[in-house]
Amino acid sequence: MTLEEVVRILNAEVVVGTNLDRIEVSTGCGADLMSDVLAFSKTGALLLTGLTTTQVVRTAEMAEIVGICFVRGKRPPKETVTLAAASGLPLLATPLAMFESCGRLYRHGLKGCSE
Amino acid sequence: MSPDTNLTKTQEMVYEMKVGDVMTSRVISVRSTDRMSQLRGLLRSNRISGLPVVDEDRLVGVISVEDFIKWLADREEDCPIEKRMTAKLQTLFDDDPLVLAIGKFEATGLGRFPVIDRQSGKLVGILTKGDVIEGLLKRLELDYHKEEIHRYRASHIFEDIEADETTLLFEYGVKGQDFEQAGASSSRLRRTLNRLGVRPDVVRRVAIASYEAEMNLVIFTQGGMIRARVQPAKILLEAEDSGPGIADIQKALEPGYSTAPDWVRELGFGAGMGLVNIQRSSDQFEIHSQPGEGTFVRACFFANGEKHDIDRPGAGNRSGSEIGPRQS
Repeated sequence: MTLEEVVRILNAEVVVGTNLDRIEVSTGCGADLMSDVLAFSKTGALLLTGLTTTQVVRTAEMAEIVGICFVRGKRPPKETVTLAAASGLPLLATPLAMFESCGRLYRHGLKGCSE
Repeated sequence: MSPDTNLTKTQEMVYEMKVGDVMTSRVISVRSTDRMSQLRGLLRSNRISGLPVVDEDRLVGVISVEDFIKWLADREEDCPIEKRMTAKLQTLFDDDPLVLAIGKFEATGLGRFPVIDRQSGKLVGILTKGDVIEGLLKRLELDYHKEEIHRYRASHIFEDIEADETTLLFEYGVKGQDFEQAGASSSRLRRTLNRLGVRPDVVRRVAIASYEAEMNLVIFTQGGMIRARVQPAKILLEAEDSGPGIADIQKALEPGYSTAPDWVRELGFGAGMGLVNIQRSSDQFEIHSQPGEGTFVRACFFANGEKHDIDRPGAGNRSGSEIGPRQS
């Protein structure tokens, strides 16, 4: 699944990022606890989270996550967007809640990190 | 690069590269029985100056824009292409070196050559001067890019250095309570390890451990150091601070045990997984701490990634005896 498809499935807005049709996401990971993301995500995953601090971008960088989608209508602060832009990490924002976001992506065939 | 070396490089390339490497292989062709009047559309819509004439995979001639203009000027009736094409053919084989093609362009003054497969005798492409120039430029760019990567990457450093033991030491200072910069050191270490050509899966594990260690320094201490000792076979990651220290280390290593204040949880940390994650992502792990003195964490990662077993019960080594004496 590409990030562009994720945008479509989640009715998401692109906060920062280009060429989303060329970025492939292999798995999905939904968490607000960054230590869990570090411990259980896989390279190439999409991170769904309700947390919008710069630490989310840092976590994504270390865990080699290819894109972040903020759920339940949360918008990231300027520092987070700036850091993501500098790291070349796309940020999306969906009005959907965490559970629905994960459910929709899963139904469209995106696998979890433990599968 | 001086002009001289460039010339030599190009000369080298025209001997090395084959016609088949640069030719256009998606060839638009016509049959000898097609009409001259059909040519106008073909030439215009494809923006080409000539077409090979092919009958059942065999090349029988070439028809060019010049032939077409001449036919128009002669105001003759529509006729099969066969009548106006050039049948005396100059061709190239796909395994001919480029230098031969360049010589042929010069000697004949022709603008294009059909390219034939030497074995089957079938038409496989067409070569224009433009194809030659484009092919050479692409190769130059590719070579230049490779050279840049080589210069940029430091992965050959271990091969270049002569010593019985080589260790590269990278140090990063981490400020306590500075949440804006938290993670920046691990980010820099991660880029450095990538540049050194460390295996990507190992880099990821070191980066994760380093980031957890860095968050611990930022959250709990007044600051400290992160060090990475990189050797050809392994990477030793160390995090050191001067206080406050951990009273009950065994408890701190239990998943979910946390002494972090609530506001740390708002950052997505402080759930008592930091040390657990460092231990889990490393191949060997040790921790020393004295309340009032400080904490020293060391994690070892094998560069070949083989000895790592995340599900091993009691993964890691808490006593630290396997890693060796403490260095600073």
